[in-house]
Amino acid sequence: MYVYGHKLPALSSLILWALLWEVVGRLGLTFFIPPFSEVLVTLVGLIPTPAFLNALFVTAYAFLAGVFFAIAIGIPVGILMGKNRILDELLLPWVNIFLSAPLTALVPVLMVLFGFGTRTVIITTALFAIWIIILNARAGVRQINRSLVEMARSFGASPMDAFVKVYFWAALPEILGGVRIGVIRAVKGVIIGQLLISIVGFGALFELYSSKFLMAEFWAVLTVLFGLAFALSEFLAYLERKVSYYAAAR
Amino acid sequence: MQPIKSDTRRAVTETDSAVSVRNVSKVYGDVQALKDLSLEFPRGELTSLLGPSGCGKTTLLKIIAGLLEPTSGQIEVNGAKVTGPGPDRSFVFQDFALLPWASVIRNVAFGLELRGVAKSEREAIAEKYIREVGLAGFEKKFPHQLSGGMRQRVGLARALSVNAQVLLLDEPFSAVDEQTRRKFQEDLLELVKTEKKTFIFVTHSIEEAVYVSDQIAILLPRPSRVSEIIRPSSFRDKSVDNIRRDPEYLDIVDRIWASLRSYVE
Ligand SMILES: Nc1ncnc2c1ncn2[C@@H]1O[C@H](COP(=O)(O)OP(=O)(O)OP(=O)(O)O)[C@@H](O)[C@H]1O
Ligand SMILES: [Mg+2]
Repeated sequence: MYVYGHKLPALSSLILWALLWEVVGRLGLTFFIPPFSEVLVTLVGLIPTPAFLNALFVTAYAFLAGVFFAIAIGIPVGILMGKNRILDELLLPWVNIFLSAPLTALVPVLMVLFGFGTRTVIITTALFAIWIIILNARAGVRQINRSLVEMARSFGASPMDAFVKVYFWAALPEILGGVRIGVIRAVKGVIIGQLLISIVGFGALFELYSSKFLMAEFWAVLTVLFGLAFALSEFLAYLERKVSYYAAAR
Repeated sequence: MQPIKSDTRRAVTETDSAVSVRNVSKVYGDVQALKDLSLEFPRGELTSLLGPSGCGKTTLLKIIAGLLEPTSGQIEVNGAKVTGPGPDRSFVFQDFALLPWASVIRNVAFGLELRGVAKSEREAIAEKYIREVGLAGFEKKFPHQLSGGMRQRVGLARALSVNAQVLLLDEPFSAVDEQTRRKFQEDLLELVKTEKKTFIFVTHSIEEAVYVSDQIAILLPRPSRVSEIIRPSSFRDKSVDNIRRDPEYLDIVDRIWASLRSYVE
């Protein structure tokens, strides 16, 4: 952003919004919005508390596990779908349905199936993330230049070599794009799962704060979550840029 | 038009074919690309496949490479029937087929990498061929940092580095300007002499085919078959500078043009 020809650091527009928040909070229009400074003070006080750290740990664990499964299953499935017509026709309708389905509605079913604990949260997280990862890996493989595949074959590549040395790398820009969007969806998944179960992690904290009208705490935790999700997405966008040098030249 | 009889070299190589194509047909859906095509490729010589666009040159080359199955007929390389790609053949692709995420040296060494050659050994070999195609100093560059002609040379170096007996080149000079192309043609003649390999070379250019070939197979359009085989004889041993002025060279160029022109008009 430029103001009178001076380049402002990235995200400096956020300062403006923080000020607006502060003013609205100071006006005392509603108990729902405490001043931003109060939220920050609460945040600093909140972070070292065992309740917060525990919630953070539980959430990070469920999130990482869910993302791990989504990636570890999603990428190979997507690559196989991109290579195999039969598999593609079998699975593609399901992938598309689940991609656009309101997965939140499935969480109660998952709770019945897998209990009211971390397991359900992990599965919810993976379900939120996996479909776009599959679709992107599939799209990445399908756009591979045919002669790269023929080249590998003509030099005697085994199927495993072709997979590891050609397909994966040729599809990597799309795969990373899918992983980035998948991870953002996984953040939603992990929080929605915890909220619906409401006895684990940040779900329990939110439940506690909103039932006792602890708005500053509520906003503080939310700010932390937004910040973490944003940082994660930026990090993945950075990885994506690292492969963009060949993405355009394929 | 009579195929031009060649000199003593013919007698030596007559029975010794590196590659034999026997009655090969290829049908794509309702397109018959090749029909009952037979052709011998003498060992250690360069044979050009010359013909109008879409007549099936790439198809024939890929069948020889084992990348495509013929609908009928068979290919023999050194007397053995071809059932798939093999280490006795290597391919230079019309569109280069370089790995865009790999450096020049890794691209050139990729054929050896797939064959399990150790890293230091394959890079030493790759370096030698990178020098040979005139790309020394570009080992660490990536394909998108090279010009089209340089990329084509990377593909050529990769095909040379696996030391296959038969090289299949699909319009390997299509992406270079006329001056560079002439230089490449001279280099190719040099390669045929020094490498003692069998080259199968696809081109659109009549002059290029006559300039570099020991044998020229003229293919006619679909369903394509060999209409004529020409073996230039008198100028092959002359110095590269004199070939284009040789009467036989000019004569052959004219004859080929005469037989192909009806397909352009
Ligand atoms: N995969 C394919 N499916 C269907 N038809 C094909 C396929 N590949 C080639 N053909 C057809 O076969 C014929 C021969 O194609 P081929 O690529 O071998 O021609 P070519 O002689 O190499 O042409 P060019 O000189 O333009 O490269 C063409 O008419 C083309 O339409
Ligand atoms: Mg072709």
